[in-house]
Amino acid sequence: MVMFWVALLAISILIYLLLDGFDLGVGMLFGLADGEARRAEMLRTIAPVWDGNETWLVVAGVIMWGAFPVVYAMLMPAFYIPVVVMLLGLILRGVAFEFRGKASRSRRIWDVSFTVGSFAASFMQGAMVGALVEGLQFSNGEYVGGTFGWLTGFSVLCGIGLCFGYALLGACWLVRKCEGPIRDATRRQIPLLAVAVLAFLVVVFTHALVEHLPILRRWIERPYLFVFPLIGAGAAAVLATSILRHDDYWPFHMVALIFASAFGTLALSFWPYMIPFVVTIDEAAAPHASLAFMFWGEGLFVFPLMLLYVAVGYRVFRGKTAATADHY
Amino acid sequence: MDPTALLLSRLQFAFTISFHIIFPAFTIGLAAWLTVLEAMHRYSGRPVYRTLFEFWLKIFGVAFGMGVVSGVVMAFQFGTNWSVLSTMSGPIQGPLLSYETFTAFMLEAGFFGILIFGRPRVPPWFYLFSTAMVALGTTLSAFWIMVNNSWMQVPAGYVLQNGQFVPDDWAQIIFNRVVWVRFPHMLLASYLTGAFCVAATGAWYLLRRTYRAEAHVMLRMGLALAAVLLPVQLFIGHLVGDYVHDYQPAKFAAIEARWHDEQPASEVLIAIPDSTTESNRYAISIPVLGSIIGSMSLTSKEVGLSSFAPQDRPPVVIPFFAFRIMVGCGFVMLGLAWLGTWLGLKHRLERSRLLLWGIFLSFPLPWIAILTGWYTAEVGRQPWTVYGVLRTADAVTPSLTAAAATASLILFVAVYAFIFSFGTYYIYRLLRAGPAGLGGRPLHVPVPNRPMSLADQVPASHSYLEAGE
Repeated sequence: MVMFWVALLAISILIYLLLDGFDLGVGMLFGLADGEARRAEMLRTIAPVWDGNETWLVVAGVIMWGAFPVVYAMLMPAFYIPVVVMLLGLILRGVAFEFRGKASRSRRIWDVSFTVGSFAASFMQGAMVGALVEGLQFSNGEYVGGTFGWLTGFSVLCGIGLCFGYALLGACWLVRKCEGPIRDATRRQIPLLAVAVLAFLVVVFTHALVEHLPILRRWIERPYLFVFPLIGAGAAAVLATSILRHDDYWPFHMVALIFASAFGTLALSFWPYMIPFVVTIDEAAAPHASLAFMFWGEGLFVFPLMLLYVAVGYRVFRGKTAATADHY
Repeated sequence: MDPTALLLSRLQFAFTISFHIIFPAFTIGLAAWLTVLEAMHRYSGRPVYRTLFEFWLKIFGVAFGMGVVSGVVMAFQFGTNWSVLSTMSGPIQGPLLSYETFTAFMLEAGFFGILIFGRPRVPPWFYLFSTAMVALGTTLSAFWIMVNNSWMQVPAGYVLQNGQFVPDDWAQIIFNRVVWVRFPHMLLASYLTGAFCVAATGAWYLLRRTYRAEAHVMLRMGLALAAVLLPVQLFIGHLVGDYVHDYQPAKFAAIEARWHDEQPASEVLIAIPDSTTESNRYAISIPVLGSIIGSMSLTSKEVGLSSFAPQDRPPVVIPFFAFRIMVGCGFVMLGLAWLGTWLGLKHRLERSRLLLWGIFLSFPLPWIAILTGWYTAEVGRQPWTVYGVLRTADAVTPSLTAAAATASLILFVAVYAFIFSFGTYYIYRLLRAGPAGLGGRPLHVPVPNRPMSLADQVPASHSYLEAGE
């Protein structure tokens, strides 16, 4: 039961990273695009799906609360400021989808709020992962690291890194969904973003070496973990060739694979800890009665249905987004 | 624990949840109405239903968006500000809210995109199905929220183990009597909100002598639904009062501003409760009615606040007045709905401009009733967060500082005020422009003289849908 919910939590977080990742990325690239026609087209590629994408954040949040309440209650206070800023960012970008189309003179406000909100949410998510990797201070199951305990050079670096990562994913999504000038302009951004992500990974790895982060020991103990970076490297190679061949379809999937392998690396190097080296999965798990109640309903039956809704949504809006259709 | 951080966390929770409930209260009813409109258009073919659908869909879109983003906050705020509650009740509240996310949010989110953008891309039956799924999602969400909140009001089906509320009877938690009066109460409140907004918009158009056909449909449907639902709602409201009387006597005494035990008890209609002297000033009360309302008896003894230790008493002023405002709104709405329906049946509604003004100006009433109803329930639950078991003061995050709580509260108030003022302004503009102001959306009717470049982008599956209009 515990294993089932760990797996479902991990899958939900991964789905969130990939889905909301590309629409947050489009949000950040949106700030670089000029001209109403281009901006509107970029928005149209994500408008029908962003709400569902963001819901996976709530899915991950409530699985954590229901199945691992101790971890939820320890991490949320530790990340008080980043969580609040992330939520406000998500609010500002979320309302922009609907408000933008209704605004006349105030459209500019929602363009800014869309971009800034996307940046804030992405940065804070990266910073939280960074702080988790680096380690937070807990005592007797309570966070004691102070309001800004999460804010370090390393977490800032991870925040910036995730912004680049999401932007890369968003760029590949645009290449997949658009044609004409947007696709061409975005395709030129991909190498820059990819290099930035690569540089970030190198810096993070060096930092881990220099600072002797405890997570590094796991790598020496578990050499099979290197499978994931290898998959990532392979995906990066396919990404590079598909960009050179001006392929529209593969770049998105390769970046998604890079994300998945990075996520797999991190998750397995934490194992069996949920908060690294503080709380294990078994210590964090809710009583069996809670896990079983969740399993026999939402886990076994509703979760596959949720995947079906997602599939239906993406199937209805499949293919290139036409330049003028569907606007409201 | 920092007392300032506790106060600020309570204010922040009250503020963010009050802001949030405005939107679901509206969209639950509106989603159901959109489903009805789409179905009626499909089976009657009358274009007015389609016009109304497209019109209200735009308003639904704005309100739904604001509801979604303000709702995400709630999923995390339990953890950030109420970590002790999160640890203790996580095994019960966590699964309940995860059921909400799994069964409701994903359903809403998945089909909302199709509702807004998908009409040209899916067959008509699937579009109707998507509308119904969004409506079902909003209703399921309300259900799980009411289960969750009812457990905090009347905790059941648990044992306390290692500092956690461990569930031992889920049927007790979900299917208890309290849930099954409070969920219909909230659901009907949402339908009434939708009904009154629709009717008020109809009245507004008639007063402005515009969109006569649409206005009549809106008034007729809105008022008739309200006229039927309001008496049911008042009855269910009475049942909600019964559960409070049985399970939360201190809250009941606070709502009634009953300071001391009385037998038979009088009913305070209106007064200014004064907690320092434990008495009411300027009270107007009716003898014996308190016993009738509380226990359906002429002689029963009703409990007063002084029977509870001072640290276990809820505040009195807020539940007392909030409850009376809620009930007052209910009766005003009942009068408007019945009078309006009756005059509508006699075809005299359009000439009764005074009543039209009344209906037009009544649109805030259902929201006021919902907010004051929730203030009665939640403030009346104090000083407990889980009634009788966990105090609010003990539930707050121990590490939270006053500075962090101040910063987050200011940020939430600033951002919410910003998006709320723009959101309501955009909704107002849409309503003022009316159904003809659908400007942005081209109707994809294949017209021969239309430039081919535009007509070509209309998917074939869509053209026959519009052909009848």
